[in-house]
Amino acid sequence: MDLDYSADDLAFRDQVSAWLREHLPADLRGKVTHYRRLTRDDLLRWHRILADKGWIAPAWPSEWGGTGWSAVRRYIFEEACGYAGAPPLVPFGLMMCAPVLLKFGTDAQKQRFLPRIYRGEDFWCQGYSEPGSGSDLASLSTRAERRGEHYIVNGQKTWTTLAHFADWIFCLVRSDRGAERKQDGISFLLIDMKTPGITVRPLALMDGGREVNEVFFDDVAVPVENRVHDEGKGWTVAKYLLGHERMNTARIGTSQRELESLKALTAKEQKDGRPLLDDPRFRDRLSRVEIELMALSITNLRFLDRLRAGTAPGAEVSMLKITGTEIQQALTELMMQAVGPDAQPLARVGSDDADAYVAALSPRYCNYRKTSIYAGSNEIQRNIIAKMALGL
Amino acid sequence: MNFDYSEEQQLLAASIRRLVEKQYDFETRKAIVASDTGVSAAVWRSLADLGMLALPLPSDAGGFDGGAVDLMSAMEAFGEALLVEPYLATVALAAQMIQRGGTAEQRQAWLPRVGTGDARLAFAHAERGARYNLAHVATRAARDGAGYVIDGRKSVALHAAGANALVVTARTSGAATDRDGLSAFIVASGTPGVKLEPYRTLDQMRAADIALNGVRVGADALLGATDQALPLVEEVVDFATALICAEAVGAIHYACDATLEYLKTRKQFGAPIGSFQALQHRMVDLVISGEQARSMASLACASVDSEKDPRKRMRMVSAAKVRIADACRHVAQESVQLHGGMGMTEEMKISHTFRRLTVIAQQFGDADYHLERFAALS
Repeated sequence: MDLDYSADDLAFRDQVSAWLREHLPADLRGKVTHYRRLTRDDLLRWHRILADKGWIAPAWPSEWGGTGWSAVRRYIFEEACGYAGAPPLVPFGLMMCAPVLLKFGTDAQKQRFLPRIYRGEDFWCQGYSEPGSGSDLASLSTRAERRGEHYIVNGQKTWTTLAHFADWIFCLVRSDRGAERKQDGISFLLIDMKTPGITVRPLALMDGGREVNEVFFDDVAVPVENRVHDEGKGWTVAKYLLGHERMNTARIGTSQRELESLKALTAKEQKDGRPLLDDPRFRDRLSRVEIELMALSITNLRFLDRLRAGTAPGAEVSMLKITGTEIQQALTELMMQAVGPDAQPLARVGSDDADAYVAALSPRYCNYRKTSIYAGSNEIQRNIIAKMALGL
Repeated sequence: MNFDYSEEQQLLAASIRRLVEKQYDFETRKAIVASDTGVSAAVWRSLADLGMLALPLPSDAGGFDGGAVDLMSAMEAFGEALLVEPYLATVALAAQMIQRGGTAEQRQAWLPRVGTGDARLAFAHAERGARYNLAHVATRAARDGAGYVIDGRKSVALHAAGANALVVTARTSGAATDRDGLSAFIVASGTPGVKLEPYRTLDQMRAADIALNGVRVGADALLGATDQALPLVEEVVDFATALICAEAVGAIHYACDATLEYLKTRKQFGAPIGSFQALQHRMVDLVISGEQARSMASLACASVDSEKDPRKRMRMVSAAKVRIADACRHVAQESVQLHGGMGMTEEMKISHTFRRLTVIAQQFGDADYHLERFAALS
């Protein structure tokens, strides 16, 4: 048994970290570590830096620009980026649409979309959830009617992350309302956001930021050539994507960085003339989160190690998602609590960077409630484990 | 990175599992627990034959130089089977004190016999009122000519009654909680002045309180340097803690399997109770706890084997013990709850697993103790 990476993989990690120190722009890193909002340009700038280096799509086949890294190295790379404070990669094109195209797309679709996703020329978003279809996604009702060489799409998607930045949206739509099972009669369409009839409306959230949207489709004409896989096979595509979840879903690297920030914050923050970090009540809560994170980082490696044996990750990914998000939420909660009454002001007159950092902590706490809700709520993840791993 | 057990480790685990199947089914275990000694000579012999007793001993004492990682899978099997034999007391505690602190003569006198199963040992360190503070020892050893005379009381010394010798800690200088001033001695059973008050423990093992009244030992009984035994005690207790973390993983594994099986077979309202989502989610949380506990047991065993810096070692072991203690409580309580009233009965093994998990959660320091030690070393 060996709990650490091999010497070669450790050298690879050092190489990645050194490269990040040199090439991750300080302003982007500062925005990430100080919880300032990232613009579309920020996200794309980092995307293109990685694309130029050849590291933007490690998991893709090498003919499309993949790096050929092992699963362990992909994990090391992603965790190193998180730890370094790199902007997150928007997953909708790189990690969702692309794998679907690689598996089910026609050659023409691959040629048309993959290079543009690679270079960050198209910004993608995901049209899955609807007002009446959240966890029960297969009940979706946005409909697509075939008219000649087009589908006419009508309906509404919601919780569409970064739709206001997006050039394209991939959507699950109901193409056959007569199907016996609700899972049947769903198709997977790629839709240009500039198509007439599409309206994007922001959903205001409690943290004050703009992140998610409602997307309305009003007689939107989508060429049939933009359908991926056969008509009525959209659910197969969706399920494939679920099974394609990555092993870094726990975001260990990011949480390790956050934990260090929290310790720095509580070493500075005073309570009765002593650092808050020395307050036994606060310190115990912090230590428990730290220990849970230590355990999860090993659990994550153990699960990764199972891939060597050729076992496809299933319930493991759900477990990482549940525990990873619980840790992320606990960290944001402790950070907000650490600054005490200063968690209340959203902005102060004449505030400086330090004030802005403190003011970002409570909105971030609010924002991070999303982590246990999105990408399959933690309750859905428990259902998945109960069914897949436990046979219940 | 490789989380598989080596071929030797897998072979050992397989042998232990065969032994457990043949000689340690639940009914046999009940008979062993109910017997006078509360342990099985036959099982001890089998453990010796399999090399389990010699495994962590040094090769110059007939051992195999094994570490905690080598013992992990076997400890898991012990945890699943709820072994009540004096493995921890003899092999993980007292023999380790002699191995790590003893002179060549002391090691040769005891360790080969431990390995062959011909000698059993116990560790008499804890005292009432000390809680988990390893430095808290009031028992005194005063110079007496060339030797020492020991006076004091020891508490919950595991398997002391069956031991051929006790490793006893006593203060040779300083006050009851000083880090310095602690020494260790090998005291043969039957030495005048040693009085055992044996009892059973919650987890159906045997232990004893020990009165030490004017116990005279020679200079050759001193184990390690005078006044400097505490780091040795800390090292050995960390080793034993790592092993019970692995044992807990086995007990948790059994509890999860048994509970899952019960959820699938017990029917109410015309359906297996495992079809109810309220119970499914709780079952999933048990499995997650088990996975996290397993990760931390690996960390603890790897740390006691290879971490040279005692502060870092203690920090890792404490982190592991916090998570293991939490998992022990969580899994023990929930698996009994999900079994309903049946889970509380003597008849069901789960109630015995509950008791062992409950003890492990507190053995060598509960979550609060280790949380404090972890934070102090951070």
